[in-house]
Amino acid sequence: MADRTSGFFANWRQNIIYIGFVVIFVVFALTLSHKGFLNPTNLLNIIRQTAMIAVMAVAMTFVLACGEIDLSIGAVAGLTTVTVAMAIAVAGPAAGVLAGIATGIAVGCFNGWLTTRIGIPSFLTTLAMMGIAKGLAMWISATAAVPILSPGYSWAFGGGSIGPIPVLLFWMLVIGAIGHFVLRRTGFGRRVLATGGGETAARYSGIDTANIKFKVLVLSSVAAAIAGMLYAGRLQSGRFQLGEGDELSVIAAAVLGGTSLFGGKGTVVGTIVGALMIGLINNGLILMGLEFSQQLIARGAIIILAVALSQKRA
Amino acid sequence: MTSAVVMKGISKAFGGVKALDNVDFEVRPGEVHALLGGNGAGKSTILKVLNGVHKPDAGTIEVGGVALTTHTPEASRAAGIAMNFQEMSLIPTLTVAQNIFLTREARTARGFLDDRACEARASEIFEMLEVKVDPKAVVGHLGAGQKQLTEIAKAISQSSKVLILDEPSTALAVSDVERLFVFLRKLTSQGVAVIYVSHRMDEIARIADRATILRDGKHVVTADIAELPIDVMIEHIVGKRSKGLADVQRGDVRQGEVLLEARNLTGPHKPHNVSFVLHRGEVLGLAGLLGSGRSALARVIAGIEPASGGEIWIKGRPMVLRKPADSIAAGVALVPEARATQGIIPAHSVASNMVLSVLGRISGKGVVNRDKARQIADQMIERLQIKTASRDHAVSTLSGGNQQKVVIGKWLATDPDILVLDEPTAGIDIGSKSEIIRLVRDLAAQGKGIVMISSELSELLTACDRILVMADGRAHQMIERAALDDPAEPDFGRRLQGAERQLQIEIQKALSTPTQEAHHG
Repeated sequence: MADRTSGFFANWRQNIIYIGFVVIFVVFALTLSHKGFLNPTNLLNIIRQTAMIAVMAVAMTFVLACGEIDLSIGAVAGLTTVTVAMAIAVAGPAAGVLAGIATGIAVGCFNGWLTTRIGIPSFLTTLAMMGIAKGLAMWISATAAVPILSPGYSWAFGGGSIGPIPVLLFWMLVIGAIGHFVLRRTGFGRRVLATGGGETAARYSGIDTANIKFKVLVLSSVAAAIAGMLYAGRLQSGRFQLGEGDELSVIAAAVLGGTSLFGGKGTVVGTIVGALMIGLINNGLILMGLEFSQQLIARGAIIILAVALSQKRA
Repeated sequence: MTSAVVMKGISKAFGGVKALDNVDFEVRPGEVHALLGGNGAGKSTILKVLNGVHKPDAGTIEVGGVALTTHTPEASRAAGIAMNFQEMSLIPTLTVAQNIFLTREARTARGFLDDRACEARASEIFEMLEVKVDPKAVVGHLGAGQKQLTEIAKAISQSSKVLILDEPSTALAVSDVERLFVFLRKLTSQGVAVIYVSHRMDEIARIADRATILRDGKHVVTADIAELPIDVMIEHIVGKRSKGLADVQRGDVRQGEVLLEARNLTGPHKPHNVSFVLHRGEVLGLAGLLGSGRSALARVIAGIEPASGGEIWIKGRPMVLRKPADSIAAGVALVPEARATQGIIPAHSVASNMVLSVLGRISGKGVVNRDKARQIADQMIERLQIKTASRDHAVSTLSGGNQQKVVIGKWLATDPDILVLDEPTAGIDIGSKSEIIRLVRDLAAQGKGIVMISSELSELLTACDRILVMADGRAHQMIERAALDDPAEPDFGRRLQGAERQLQIEIQKALSTPTQEAHHG
């Protein structure tokens, strides 16, 4: 019988991500303060490095919560940097933004169509799309970096800051807030959770589950495109390598934040904290002076520990 | 007065099998209309047609005088039909309140979901029903009774004109059923039509105004409940025995030594204090309705749910069965109910399914001996007369009856003394059913002891030597199969029909015997 108490610590397994975040932050603050960990510049750097992952992870929360997966996001972000840069070179920043969004919608519709109409599992659809998007990006850019010579675009999309606050922080907060409200407080969000929690039951309740999955995959690609636009702005160029491998960090962030790989469960707030935690760990390990090889091992171990602690034992 | 529902000439076939054949069904506003029939009579199908889950092949539907032309769950709901789905429509990861109002959530002024308002409304519904369910609880954490109440609340919350309740009481405590009935009376007095499906005749007699009985996909009778005493109802439900089973003969039972003995066996939820013995060469049937504890008893014997009390003796020795491997080692094999998910790997070949449970025995140094595997597969295909193009064909290409034989063969390969069969004929066509039952008799004759669970009483009566009647997790009585036959009746079909009526009556009697209230969760 349900004997769930509502206290924060009584449900500590559910809230392990928040507890873990605080614990790691305090440990780093105590041990690394002499290396400038608590320095505002350093903390804002963590935000800058995490923003793109966080933006994609917000959408990934929806994808996982409805029982699907999207492996193509890193490559789509890379493709978008190239299409945006090329469009800006030809027709200016506004055209660049349009080209970026259009790239996301086009890829998302294709993923959604293959998954919900043809019936290919999203794991395969998006795995194939990962290669296609990367190949397209290499082809149209002839594997060369495409420079972006629009200071306005670069400022708005990732390079700029308002006072000491980087624009990227606003992007992350705005998209996070929208994602949180859509998942928690709208009919669409509830249908996403219902679809992932029990597809048959959702259908019996009158939910068009194929439609929900389609929309969620489009959402994911558009978020990847926005992340690509931010990469392009921050690095003032489009390159096919940008975003490469991000899908793993994004999925790790969502799962760390308590989103179930089997669908039905997930929170956007948890996901953002998960993304920040990955950024925090990366930053701390670098400040500790660990070699890259050691960083990889330590990061993997911390993620496994956090997820293992969150598992409910029978 | 306009009828609440008029269904005329409804037919529906699934892959050549006629589930519904030109069925008429009419429900009046303000009545509780019982829908009765045995397994496969077409009750669920006609309800799913009404509810928009299935599209009828032929026939018309009117709801409140308006023709229903689109057949989707949404269209039916818009027409004022609500139905509970025996837990099928609950999403385990959402809360009770979120489930009840799924797709019909309360909104704030700005159009966002308002979970608090939903929880408040859910509380009101549960208060009206006078039952205790926490609207904030996550459904996956609830027990069966609470889930069922949530399903009922979900159906009720749609304030519909036609409320369909499909076996709403299987997991409910007696007191909760009482409160449900009081509530249904309130609804009907407001003009709501209630369609009520149950296998419990005592409930039907108390709550229903009229009843419609279906058999083998056809309409048999619709009448006032006053004109349908329980024995008449049972007669209509059982009907003339369909052919097929008549040619299975039970041979002489020469009972051997005791293979399995349960002494006051008690499981984690069910069963309670069940005792029986099973001899070599005997088929013992477990009869009872859904939730009577038949499958739970099978799971305890198979070591899937360890016993929490009592003793299991196998071949004269007390046994501790904590996991399935313990039971297999003791010579017990369970052929589970859900064939496709628990019994076979559909995409694998007949041969590889067959040797799955004996891989250790036929492997040397970790490599499977393929000759031995082929040998076992060929033996079983011959022994069980499995119709397959070859041993290398995927099990999914076989008919339901032959798939079931593969599952039985898989367990026979372990050479068990005791075979537990849970609904071995579910979803199999009538011809293959008698073949499976003949196989069960043959295996008993070869010296196995068999425990068989089936909701189809005619099959139980054909296959078994003794039948244990269960209700609410308890054993009520052990009936000798021969005692159910009327020796004066010369015709086999009619004798079986009489025995089935007799067994039905015993099952219904077991229900009304006072027991403690069913446990929640």
